[in-house]
Amino acid sequence: MAETVETQVHPVAARLAAWDSAAISGTETFRGELTVTVPREQLTRVAGFLRHDPELEFDFLSDLTATDHFPAEPRFAVIYHMLSIRHRHVLNLRTWTEGANPSVASATSIWPTANWHEREVFDLFGIRFEGHPDLTRLLLPLDWEGHPLRKDYPTEGPR
Amino acid sequence: MAMTIDTPAGAGEAMVLNMGPQHPATHGVLRVAVQLDGETVIQAKPDIGYLHTGIEKSCEAKTYSQAITLTDRMDYLSPLSNNLGYCLAVEKLLGLQVPKRAQYIRVLLAELTRIASHLVWLGTHAIDLGAMSVFLYCFREREEIMKIFEMVAGQRMMTSYFRIGGLALEPPAGWLDRVAAFLESFPARLVEYETLLTENRIWKMRTIGVGVISPEDAVAWGVSGPTLRASGIPYDVRKYFPYSSYEEFSFEVPTRKESDCYARYLLRLEEIRQSLSIVKQAMGKVPAEGPIHADAPGIVPPQREKMKTEMEALIYHFKIYTEGFSPPPGQVYQRVESPRGEMGCYVVSDGTPKPFRVKFRTPTFVNLQALPLLCTGSLVADVVACIGTLDIVLGEIDR
Repeated sequence: MAETVETQVHPVAARLAAWDSAAISGTETFRGELTVTVPREQLTRVAGFLRHDPELEFDFLSDLTATDHFPAEPRFAVIYHMLSIRHRHVLNLRTWTEGANPSVASATSIWPTANWHEREVFDLFGIRFEGHPDLTRLLLPLDWEGHPLRKDYPTEGPR
Repeated sequence: MAMTIDTPAGAGEAMVLNMGPQHPATHGVLRVAVQLDGETVIQAKPDIGYLHTGIEKSCEAKTYSQAITLTDRMDYLSPLSNNLGYCLAVEKLLGLQVPKRAQYIRVLLAELTRIASHLVWLGTHAIDLGAMSVFLYCFREREEIMKIFEMVAGQRMMTSYFRIGGLALEPPAGWLDRVAAFLESFPARLVEYETLLTENRIWKMRTIGVGVISPEDAVAWGVSGPTLRASGIPYDVRKYFPYSSYEEFSFEVPTRKESDCYARYLLRLEEIRQSLSIVKQAMGKVPAEGPIHADAPGIVPPQREKMKTEMEALIYHFKIYTEGFSPPPGQVYQRVESPRGEMGCYVVSDGTPKPFRVKFRTPTFVNLQALPLLCTGSLVADVVACIGTLDIVLGEIDR
């Protein structure tokens, strides 16, 4: 995306790179916000490090959501917005998953608050979160068909 | 909507009771399935979605400016805080600088919103717990704030007053006198409410030691706002990540250690006092004249007179209202401190005039998730106190 700054290293990005640069597939800064992209397989490991490393300590998961890039592949991005209460820094963490049978690992064991956020994403995007304790629809009726926030779902509804 | 509750082993003769979805104590349409052993709550499961209107999907079909009206309708008790979060996010996406005068007016109105919202909370929470008269007083004072909003924006509730790049209109002459009159009369009335509740024996019995959540749990479950600060964590977005010139105001972030309903009550009263102080400071800072829009011709609609007399302004006017404007591709996450906690707004642009994705991180969506932690093991009557103390607004939970 625009304004990718690779030369000026963000302290959080530097700490992550020093820990395991292979676990990260990209960093970008836009309007002063750092977004770190990780491969799907590394998500739990990286999230666990971000949560527990004493220098980072991202203990507050503000938000977890997804975007649909239909018809591009990989189709879905799952994005985590977090902050550290002690260190007062923020980070956006992102991972990608493909359109056929989309799934990422659940973050509920690292941040319990991810529970409802993941259910909402499952409900509205149809992305499965492996290891989630109760992955059911949250906002829509349980017998609803389709996932409204997908780009191929019409704005005016199914009928 | 079907929802199953598993009976834990050794629960005895447990019964499942549905609270809501149509019940005044649920502050909207919330259903809580409570499993009871006698009068003790074994499990509580909130069930949401009754007010889901697909606001995020609708945003994708509107231009950036049109989507502002939808933000009012999420948290209908603090529309200006939502407007602010969304506008700041889009302004960040565009890299816009809003003039100081507009920033101070935004702060002033956002703090009045906080007072109005806390007043509704106090009134409804008190009525939930049986104190009828507080409700009437709180709504009397809130009406004064509503009149200020009506004066400034032309609307009492769905104000949509903050626009991308500034404000919708120049505030009318004499509006600050009205704010000053409110500041004059209000502190004494706040004391009145306190004499009704703070030392009231019934009130204390219903709230002290009820709905306790530990600071560790509160952070882990993403609880924010007064509920988090009543557990001793001083996280307030206005101090942590200042926006709209909040760094120029001096105010305290009250915290308490008790983490119960009574602590949250005292904390919100203290927040009202801090907000009054911010409003007073903002009144001193707002210049009598000056621009209220960013200097961005393709984004901020031109003044009516310019539109009628200048060719270029007419072209911009036409383009803004037919097509909108296109921010550069990118994504931003903007936090603001709404009366209920961290209101986050995640906006993704793909370079077209309509947002690619808008996500609202609404504070009470997350806070409500912690309801089972607050009320498991307590009496069924305390569930009402716990729901009230979280200050939920179902409009923003379901979106």
